[in-house]
Amino acid sequence: MGNGTGIGRVRGLGSAKSGTHHWWMQRVTAAGNVILVLWFVFSLLSLPALDYETVIKWLSSPLVAVPMVLLVANVFYHFRLGLQVVIEDYQHDETRIGLMILLNFYAVGLAALAIFSILKIAFRGAAG
Amino acid sequence: MRNPSRPLSPHLTIWRWGPHMAVSILHRATGAALSIAGGIGLTWWLAAAASGPEQYARFMRVAHSWIGMVVVVGLSWAFFQHLFSGLRHLLLDTGAGYELRTNRTWAIMTMVGSAAATLAVWAYIFSARG
Repeated sequence: MGNGTGIGRVRGLGSAKSGTHHWWMQRVTAAGNVILVLWFVFSLLSLPALDYETVIKWLSSPLVAVPMVLLVANVFYHFRLGLQVVIEDYQHDETRIGLMILLNFYAVGLAALAIFSILKIAFRGAAG
Repeated sequence: MRNPSRPLSPHLTIWRWGPHMAVSILHRATGAALSIAGGIGLTWWLAAAASGPEQYARFMRVAHSWIGMVVVVGLSWAFFQHLFSGLRHLLLDTGAGYELRTNRTWAIMTMVGSAAATLAVWAYIFSARG
């Protein structure tokens, strides 16, 4: 084991003490997804139509907007973790670093756009 | 980095193909499809709704085109397949269900379940909405 410096400890080996975090968060977000995405699917099926007015009115309700924001955060976190494993399994050279950064940009960028859109509709209210 | 002169442990090339392998790779494939097509589709739908009636109408035109319908129906199947196989994974995580027959049965059931759920949802949509 290294003694003192951080790089010494890394070379001396030992775990970073976060090995199960990725695995565990994948499971926690999976459980959240079961609830949130099933709610989303059944909500869409129970709407009379998916036209603009119906959807805007539906998304304006706090009891829809908040679960939708949670859904986007949870789903996008879940697939970021999942696609990371796919990249790690198939990319063995330096390209995996670039792909991992692209994956972060994709997941965070898309989630930001989705959440902003939900909030914009919700804060404008059904009347607007 | 892997030393290419060392052999990889054989897997896909040597094992007899079975339902558990099919479900395993389907879980990954449907997960990737939901992440890319599902993630972009959901965000596009929300951003279109937030951008006004014209943008929303444009989204709905694409969604109702035949290629849009293929994607939407495909995503609904991918969702159910990923859901059922994900629930199977959560169960396997507890250490249960590794007996050969049990494992095979539930691997097949995820595929039967996803096909049935997809059919049920679209049958409901076409009967309720015409």
